[in-house]
Amino acid sequence: MSLLLTHTKYRFLETIRVPIAVVGNTFFPSASMLFFVVPFAGDDPLVATLATGSMMTFSVMSTALFTHGLGVADDRAQPWDPYMRTLPAGPWPRFGSNILNGLIMTLLGILPVLVIAATLTEATVTPAQLLLGLGALLVASIPFTLIGLFVGYLLPAKAAIAVVQLVLLPMAVGGGLLMSPTDPPAFIAAVAPFLPTRGGAELVWAAVGGPAPRALPLVMLAVWTVVAGALAVWAYRRDEGRRFS
Amino acid sequence: METLARAIEVTRRYGSVTALDGVSLDIRRGELVGLLGPNGAGKSTLINLFAGLRRPHSGRVELFGGSPADPVRRRDIGVTPQETGLPSTLRVREVVDFVTAHYPRGAARGELLERFGLTGMERRQIGGLSGGQKRRLAVALAFAGNPRLVFLDEPTTGLDVEARRTLWDAVRDFHAGGGTVVLTSHYLEEVEALAERVVVVDRGRVLADDTVAAVRDIAGMRHVTLTAGELPDLPGVVRAERDGSRVLLLTADADALVRALVRADVPFTGLEIRPTSLEEAFLTITARESQAA
Repeated sequence: MSLLLTHTKYRFLETIRVPIAVVGNTFFPSASMLFFVVPFAGDDPLVATLATGSMMTFSVMSTALFTHGLGVADDRAQPWDPYMRTLPAGPWPRFGSNILNGLIMTLLGILPVLVIAATLTEATVTPAQLLLGLGALLVASIPFTLIGLFVGYLLPAKAAIAVVQLVLLPMAVGGGLLMSPTDPPAFIAAVAPFLPTRGGAELVWAAVGGPAPRALPLVMLAVWTVVAGALAVWAYRRDEGRRFS
Repeated sequence: METLARAIEVTRRYGSVTALDGVSLDIRRGELVGLLGPNGAGKSTLINLFAGLRRPHSGRVELFGGSPADPVRRRDIGVTPQETGLPSTLRVREVVDFVTAHYPRGAARGELLERFGLTGMERRQIGGLSGGQKRRLAVALAFAGNPRLVFLDEPTTGLDVEARRTLWDAVRDFHAGGGTVVLTSHYLEEVEALAERVVVVDRGRVLADDTVAAVRDIAGMRHVTLTAGELPDLPGVVRAERDGSRVLLLTADADALVRALVRADVPFTGLEIRPTSLEEAFLTITARESQAA
């Protein structure tokens, strides 16, 4: 346990010492808030709240994909990674610290969105809704964490960054995060339920006072989570076999 | 004498390349062993096996009587990271504390840094250190857990003379205090300066496992090349090769060989005598091995 915290501490230090990485992590969702949500939906409490939920989901996806996709691919390229395996610790402190650090970065990523929503829009939540919403964001981040790990263990860093970017935007737009939650264009309405984004987003919306989630997006969220989990485990084992057997 | 690490008939391949081919080696307590061999000889693979990073395809590797894959067995070893991999945004103090936190009885940071000439660098970011400082820090990390056995892979490659001496002194002090050291090098000089026992490795096989003096004798061979026709039997020739009209002779005593050549009154031109490189010494040992087989 103390080793897990030690690993997390130093991994976090490594991350925040590159400030541009932290800025990049928070930029898109915050910028989208400022450009799209504040001017167009800022005055209606429910619309602003749901749009804030969408941007937070976007932020959480982005952090999960980048932290794990790029982070793991980068780690694998560093000789420091095999060195750490010679230390007297199992693989869990390293793996766990990656997940914990991802969560910390996720929190850092949604914080500016939360601040913008609270100060510049009419968005409003009760403390219970806020907690529920954070829980829903956590669930929404799981498939993207697993996709990130899959990409990170499968590809070299340069390929991973491209793939992560290719995955992020279509998933966010296709899932309807940048549209009205209740009245999306026909194409998005047709595609969205089959993307992992939508199930997560509907959970977040429901948590903060929006409509109840529909069954299809939730089932697809579960399917994506299971499939991405299987792929992540496969890629992890494959990497272990190549580098450490 | 207690055996700390042991390889028994170990074979390890990477794809179609055989990195280790039936290697057996015992590392006993208090030894200072030099693994000597050219790049790609299998030295690093052997260390990776002992450190638990790789598994053998056949044979067995033991560390303190157990498997190196078991973290508990690795509590008493220390390994050097490649200095290019040190996390560049962390400070010296932080990376030492991080590594030390893994061991039940870690070294005191100040004292560890002093041993490796890094006093006063605690707050420096690793990315800002010179190559030599990074290398010394990397070697220092192998000692962070107060290990009983350290594996140092090419510890002084690229260091200037003074930094090399500092490092050698630290390794000698550790050994004098009862520590066991396995170091790899392709510098004969380094192995001569530090090691008592030399294991010569090439193409995945142990070619010689002997005292430093014995291996130095092999490496003390001379190459004698000359242009000549048919040569009579000459004394002390370990190996003879002909390349067109040039003849290459390998001998431990070049002076005696030249005197014998002159006495035999054979016509020759273009006499050259040069010391063998370590690599050629390995070849000598290989040649002997295949003759014996």
